[in-house]
Amino acid sequence: MSLDTMPPRRPAATEDERARRTGVTDRTEARRLRLPSRSLVVALVLACVTLMVVDHERGPDSPVEPVRSVAGEVVGPAEAFVSAGLRPVLDLPDQLRSNQQLRSDVAALESENDTLEGALRATGYDAQRVAALEDLRAVAGDLGYALLPARVIAIGPAQSFGRTVTIDAGRDAGLGPDMTVVNGDGLVGRVTAATAQTATVRLAVDTGFTVGGRVGENMELGFVRGNGGLGGDGHLDLELVDETVVPREGQTVVTWGSEGGAPFVSGVPIGEVTKVYESLRETSYRAELRPYVDYSSLDLVGVVVPSGTDSARPVIEADRSVRMP
Amino acid sequence: MTTASRLLAALAATTVAFLLQVTVAPHVAWDGVVPGLVLLVVVGAALATDARFATLLGFGAGLLLDVAPPADHAAGRWALALLVVGYVVGRLGHDHQPMPAGPWDVEQVRRLRRPPLHVVLAAALGGSFLGTSVFALTGLPLGETAGIGTMLDVVGRGMMVDGVAGLVVVPVTVWAMTRTRGSQRAPSRDPWRPSGRAVVS
Repeated sequence: MSLDTMPPRRPAATEDERARRTGVTDRTEARRLRLPSRSLVVALVLACVTLMVVDHERGPDSPVEPVRSVAGEVVGPAEAFVSAGLRPVLDLPDQLRSNQQLRSDVAALESENDTLEGALRATGYDAQRVAALEDLRAVAGDLGYALLPARVIAIGPAQSFGRTVTIDAGRDAGLGPDMTVVNGDGLVGRVTAATAQTATVRLAVDTGFTVGGRVGENMELGFVRGNGGLGGDGHLDLELVDETVVPREGQTVVTWGSEGGAPFVSGVPIGEVTKVYESLRETSYRAELRPYVDYSSLDLVGVVVPSGTDSARPVIEADRSVRMP
Repeated sequence: MTTASRLLAALAATTVAFLLQVTVAPHVAWDGVVPGLVLLVVVGAALATDARFATLLGFGAGLLLDVAPPADHAAGRWALALLVVGYVVGRLGHDHQPMPAGPWDVEQVRRLRRPPLHVVLAAALGGSFLGTSVFALTGLPLGETAGIGTMLDVVGRGMMVDGVAGLVVVPVTVWAMTRTRGSQRAPSRDPWRPSGRAVVS
């Protein structure tokens, strides 16, 4: 009789144990179905959650930023390439216009022109005052700024619940984060990140977007926030700092600008008041704005750059002259 | 189809889908809601391959959506959403298929025939609902999301748009993932038929 010092061997995992581990009752089933092992799924989910938390908490200096910029350098030119290739195709509907349509366009434009001319005759006095103010501004040596034209080449999906676009100008053109982006109608948004060839712009209707606004007529200050609405009904909310002032319908709201012109320069039109809500509990007023810019059909935008920026692209200077690189 | 060529096909499909989703799709958007082409590629890959591959592909494709411009949200959100889509569609899509005895081999994957239209539609709708909802819900604790009303609105519209787009994108992806070089052998039986009876083709 010999003394056996070997530890007893663990019995092989039972059927039940295996079923519990894999979630599949038949032992060979899991292998046949080629399910990912439970540990792989858990690892991937944890990776996602960790990434989310780290990226969200660390904000601008998160470890994801270098990855983002590399992805931007690679994907940005590809987006610009596809966008440029598609432009002729997407412009086709504009080419195919009948005489009838053109005539009706001309008629509409003529009538609009008449209205505007009428308004213009009435605004001589205003124009005088504006000219005087302009002179005053020049004397005060206000920050002169130039515009750098750029095209929108990619648009983020609404399924991401953020409103962002990519434009085809980047660091090479002298762009950087926290620059104001405008178009012919008014405020578009601000640049959040720039790569060599492209830049990402957060639109004013984005949920996380806040900009200081000033009611154009009485100079009251307030904060304008995007509400993340979709293309058709995207609107902005205005909350005035002075709780006793009631905004009126039709009033214009412009930006009041940040220190040093970044992220926002002053005097860019944002939108006009369409609805006013009275909040009895907070004894203040909240106004809804209809933005001047149609965010669902952005194409050509201008980025506000400091005058005299060293850029690889043509820049429209403050005195409306175009400076070639 | 070997593992390497399958991976190449998946990467190519994902890249093309992403570029089209951010450049072309916005021109046919419904109030900003675009066909989620990347999501549909993951759904197609889940039907054409297995749950493990689809899960990993969903994770990778989601990371691309998270870091490539114009993304501006916390990275990892689309990765989690598409990972879930790949896993669930990969599991449910093959749930009612009679499986061959013994482990799957490359030959078996190759013999998968085109999934029928109702399976494609259900997978596209379900995947769209799942992916967009998971993405939206991860935004709640991070404080990165719009109101619940907008959320439901976008999820609903997204399902409609993806259901229509899925009828094209999913079969194309399935074709790309099961394409074989050389002789095309007739499959011995239809794996999409629960009875698993022989198909004459």
